[in-house]
Amino acid sequence: MSSKRISNYFFILPAVLIFSTFYIYPFFKTFQLSLHSWDGIQPTMQFVGLANFKDLFLDDKAWWSSMLNAGYITLWALTFQNIIALILALACDKALRIGSIYRVIFFIPPVLSEIVVGLVWKWIYNGDYGILNHWLVSLGLGSLASDWLAQPSTALTAIAIVHSWKGFGWAFIILLAGLQTIPTQLYEAAYVDGANAWRRFVNVTIPMMVPVFIMVMILTILGTMQGFALILAMTGGGPAGHTEVPVIRILNSMKNSQFGYACAQALIFGMILVTISFIQIRVSKFLKQE
Amino acid sequence: MEKIKRILSEISIHFLPIIVAVSCIFPLLWMLSSALKTQQTVFKDMSLMPKVAHWENFIIAWGKGGFSMYFLNSVLYTVLVVVGIVLISSLAAFAFSRLDFPFKDFIFYVFLAAMMIPLPGSFVPLYVLLVKLGLANTRVGYCFSMINVGLSLSIYLLKTFFDKLPRDLEDAARIDGCGRIGIWWHVAFPLARPAIGVVTIYNTLNVWNEYILALIILQSKNLMPLQRGLMVFQGAHITEYPLLMAGITITIIPILIVYLFLQKFIIKGLTAGAVVG
Amino acid sequence: MGFKKRGAAICLVVLLSFVLIGNWGCSFNKIADSDSVVIWHWMTDREDAFNTLAAKYEELTNTKIKFELFTPSDVYSQKIIASAQGKTLPDVFGILGKKRDAASFVKAGHVLDLTSYMNEDNDKWRSMIFDKALSLGEFKPGNVFGVSAGVYAVPIDLMNVQMVYNKSLLKKAGLDPNRPPQSWNQFIEYLKKLRANDIGGFASGWAETWLIDSFALNYAFNIMGEDKVMATIKGDASYNDADWIKVFKLFEEIRDVDGLVSGVVTMDNKYAEQLFSNEKAAFAYNGSWCVNVYKGMNPDLDYCAMMLPAVTRKNPMVIWGSAGAAFYVNKNSPKAEKAVEFLKWLTEEDQQVFLIEETVNLPSNKKSLTKIPKVLSQFADDLNSITHPNIWPYEESPRVTETFDKGIQSIIIGEKTAEEVAAEVARVKEKILAK
Repeated sequence: MSSKRISNYFFILPAVLIFSTFYIYPFFKTFQLSLHSWDGIQPTMQFVGLANFKDLFLDDKAWWSSMLNAGYITLWALTFQNIIALILALACDKALRIGSIYRVIFFIPPVLSEIVVGLVWKWIYNGDYGILNHWLVSLGLGSLASDWLAQPSTALTAIAIVHSWKGFGWAFIILLAGLQTIPTQLYEAAYVDGANAWRRFVNVTIPMMVPVFIMVMILTILGTMQGFALILAMTGGGPAGHTEVPVIRILNSMKNSQFGYACAQALIFGMILVTISFIQIRVSKFLKQE
Repeated sequence: MEKIKRILSEISIHFLPIIVAVSCIFPLLWMLSSALKTQQTVFKDMSLMPKVAHWENFIIAWGKGGFSMYFLNSVLYTVLVVVGIVLISSLAAFAFSRLDFPFKDFIFYVFLAAMMIPLPGSFVPLYVLLVKLGLANTRVGYCFSMINVGLSLSIYLLKTFFDKLPRDLEDAARIDGCGRIGIWWHVAFPLARPAIGVVTIYNTLNVWNEYILALIILQSKNLMPLQRGLMVFQGAHITEYPLLMAGITITIIPILIVYLFLQKFIIKGLTAGAVVG
Repeated sequence: MGFKKRGAAICLVVLLSFVLIGNWGCSFNKIADSDSVVIWHWMTDREDAFNTLAAKYEELTNTKIKFELFTPSDVYSQKIIASAQGKTLPDVFGILGKKRDAASFVKAGHVLDLTSYMNEDNDKWRSMIFDKALSLGEFKPGNVFGVSAGVYAVPIDLMNVQMVYNKSLLKKAGLDPNRPPQSWNQFIEYLKKLRANDIGGFASGWAETWLIDSFALNYAFNIMGEDKVMATIKGDASYNDADWIKVFKLFEEIRDVDGLVSGVVTMDNKYAEQLFSNEKAAFAYNGSWCVNVYKGMNPDLDYCAMMLPAVTRKNPMVIWGSAGAAFYVNKNSPKAEKAVEFLKWLTEEDQQVFLIEETVNLPSNKKSLTKIPKVLSQFADDLNSITHPNIWPYEESPRVTETFDKGIQSIIIGEKTAEEVAAEVARVKEKILAK
């Protein structure tokens, strides 16, 4: 038995080998750099202990507000994006006619490059010539028209909507795949027991989908918190930093040749994400046992 | 009356999907029409169908972007990396889901954590490591680095799906004398086809769109992937928008085709599993 | 099923062998071993011209030159940093970023000191190039970076940043198209008039903070003089000062007359260029590369370049100017001599004229100035008033610069006042100095 248990390691061996070669070393380098002040080029780096972390926690308002911005976009993605994705996945799971056309179309936004998405949506949102304002005016709602991306009050929400639009396709196909792996026998059994469509959804679909829901949530949080290309394409982090997210701050530190500080930011950022995800996994395990 | 009711219910079901679908198609059309315009008309003429369609933009973009060579490279990288990731991650995910060994949870959580922590300065140490291994500026070095990039997320995704699968088919296979490898290949793998489909499309897109690692690891032009070709159209100061749009169109067509095949994979999972059973 | 599997296996084997034959192992050495001089750069728009010149040079001298392009620029800077660490830098490379970064490359021993080559034959090479251009890559004795004095970079071409105005839009607003505003106050009057006629005012890519930064610092030089700006950067004077508040006030003024196109603070410069070339803005603050951009987007655009309208006559108005392309020679390269020879040839008159015709930048060679297009020559007229952080004795800390630039964005969107921003920048500066 024990030798068999050890031989089970062969299944994870390739993954562990690649991972430990290509991830662990850069990881320890990142950790080491976070304790130094270094511009990336000079042969010597100066050990500064925890000074980078101290700076980050006590003296970097822009960092924490970028964290809040990312959190705000994530909330939109978790609710708006995922609910739409779920409704669409349920619709396409049932034998919806021309369902396969939808499945293809919904995946266009994730495939499109950020450049195209940025250009198109900037044009939609533009204050002077944008079609959104154009529509508002023609609907008699001209007073609502605004310069959506340049106003601090609307810029972040405008970006969150585009992000959700670009990302829902992923949630959609993962949820669809999850729905497809629910064995039909379960539905049939419920049907025989006289459960109507709603009861079958509550008693079969939802319990079977909890792990997938949790996974979609974790992937949404991860994808949104780490996303930045779309924001750079749309506002460059402005106006005055109102749409900056942590990764933009990290890139900014690197651009300013503060490698050590960038690494400290990345570690703290990663640790926050790890904590959130582990809480979710714990909660999901707890729910399962209930 | 019945008929009207049915049509009405059809419409109400299709209402949301159609609105969403229109919003998804619009940028695609915009991109296509921009690809057919000229640098002078691309932002002046906002119509979706330009009066004079410059189809030659596609040919110019293909030539100027050096796509012939880059295309082959990208296909090679994508196939190698995706096949590698699917095999390696499904093996590992199967083990994490079904088998038992010491430190199982710990190792799994390490993989999971790796997915969360961005390594901004990691290009530098990774490159130095590859130089030491003699893998800098090689296809192999690039492929392994890319496999590593997609590994954690794929393992996590597949494990979640393996956990969900019913075990009776595996028990039946075991009784039939199947070993662990056999169960992985003949039972778990086909049953998880929808998830494999998701992992494949996710990683395909990832590798196909990647250029940062490629630019850092590779130096020779003839090793570069497709995205390098697109960079030619966007200088620091001048972007040749119609050619860029034509180039982007060229690069996303293969992805959409791959997805067209895979989405059937995602939908037909269960029937395939039942056949194996 | 069995057939499928075999097919897949064959495919894999074929692909793998392709990889093995194609490139297994230590081929990165190839670059070092090959007989050509390898040059890395990030400048997409100069790629064709560079390759033509390389071919010409090979014909002349039998020395092979290989230009390798890596874009976008932020990935390029990561690439040279990684290559410096991996000791795989090419024979010649460009360095992006601030003077401090160039200094680090020099101090780490990657860059060849070109002073002796410049001074050979009675300064033959040195005298070919504009002094200002040369000083961008020069370290003066006793510089704050601790680099031994010398010339380390060869500027291939130059660019500067100025104001451009649309003549027909000015005419439309009833303004004299041949008399652009001569002072800041007049500029504001012009903007008022344009807006009254519902014509877009001033556009610039002010999401890219360096464009804000350079604009504001140009006016700082004008309002308080170079010495006081330098004293502030050094830490001897404060940003919370009447003169600096005056600089910030300029942005309040231009905001209050609605002189900026909408969304200017979240606009990248390429978008601002679209607006100007489609006649949706009458003024733009843009670099000399814009001549090429506008030519591509709207060849009929009737516009001129002008000096930024000064606030006061007390101090001269300056404009931003920098090396478009500057090359550094790898000190450890066995082909360093060959590389220097090539760079010398590249800065000679004929090659410069060719390069300028192809790329529409400003030449770094003094003699080739006579042969450039008209609008560009308006840019070139002011080459003597250029300045750039790279030639200043002190360098501002990035965090102060960020607060400064974002503060101006806040003023433009009406979030903060000039006084608040001045106080905030001063506070950050004090904190940095205390460290």
